[in-house]
Amino acid sequence: MSDQSIIKTGLTLAVIAAICTALVALTFQATRERIAANEKALLEQSLQPALAGTFYDSGVSESRLVLPSPHGLPGNEPAVVYRVFAEGEPVAALFAVTARDGFSGPIRILVGIAVDGTVTGVRILRHRETPGLGDKIESARSDWIFQFDGHSMGDPVATGWAIEVDGGEFDQLTGASITPRAIIKAIRDTLNYFETHQDAIFLSESSGENE
Amino acid sequence: MTTGGLIERLRTGLWKDNPGLVQLLGLCPLLAVTTTTINGVGLGIATLLVLTCSNALVSATRRWIRQEIRIPIYVLIIASLVTCVELIFKAWFPTLDRSLGIFIPLIVTNCAIVARAEIFASRNTIGASIVDGLGMGAGFAALLIVLGVFRELVGQASILGYSFAESGFLLAILPPGAFFALALAVALKNRIDRKPGR
Repeated sequence: MSDQSIIKTGLTLAVIAAICTALVALTFQATRERIAANEKALLEQSLQPALAGTFYDSGVSESRLVLPSPHGLPGNEPAVVYRVFAEGEPVAALFAVTARDGFSGPIRILVGIAVDGTVTGVRILRHRETPGLGDKIESARSDWIFQFDGHSMGDPVATGWAIEVDGGEFDQLTGASITPRAIIKAIRDTLNYFETHQDAIFLSESSGENE
Repeated sequence: MTTGGLIERLRTGLWKDNPGLVQLLGLCPLLAVTTTTINGVGLGIATLLVLTCSNALVSATRRWIRQEIRIPIYVLIIASLVTCVELIFKAWFPTLDRSLGIFIPLIVTNCAIVARAEIFASRNTIGASIVDGLGMGAGFAALLIVLGVFRELVGQASILGYSFAESGFLLAILPPGAFFALALAVALKNRIDRKPGR
């Protein structure tokens, strides 16, 4: 290629790159607000089931608190806590924590705990457990995850926080025992943490909205 | 382009040279997302959109594009279109976007798209390239949907999320099931294409 044709070719590339960039920028502008609204709605919607039966009047996603690792909660990625209030008084807290000993990779779970220390609900946020076996932890696939509602640190006592084959009080899942073990342990550890850190959690400043 | 040629072009994409069944292109997304019908439909439509638009753009700019820089330009065009489609999915079909996850951005790497740009769109008129994109895209989407329906039906004993039995044949939704399902589809197509009496 001669010098002149290199310049010409470069220019062609530049013009097409500019057009493509403009196309992406326009689409981004046009969709930005909708995407942000969707994400917020999704967050509120995904937090809500773990608060079953709890009355609250605060926007849950605004009361976000990020605890960098090490935080004493399960998992070594940052834990996220959402504080829930009614008429300015704390009523519950939601913990997004990670159970690290799942069957295939970490399981991100959401544990809702009322101020009296009882579980308001547990939901799975993300997991890679075996389809058809371990994935029964999802609320959409079985009722398994609901059995923790209303339980607390003292009910059952410490040794009861295990699946039945391990001498505990909770149901196992057919064909999967590692997955339930990991989740029960994470819930128990979260309850434990809540008991000792409750005041600090509700007094801390929010960390802003983006993870 | 005559009506006959147009129909022939569509038929080529949908059946004769179906990108999934015959050219065996874009198998990674095809195998990975077809665990449910709705995933198949979603990725199918997204791929169809990107393929049609990229064929149109490549064909529209073919006079100015020199041989030496055609590949970077195809990559630019395809990547921009995929980003736009991803943003549109996030804004208007958030549920579908979440269940397809990484496979929407990965349309960039679907070699069926760059293959059509190189083989067809860079040498034909805009009209013909759009028809080719529609045909090939629809062919790919149809295969995604067929595999999605089949795997959801067999693997989870459900259709479009409504289950009708306790549990299905688990293997169908695991990765090996994807290969079995694709193999069955390819075999079926070859069986149908074989002329009677041979």
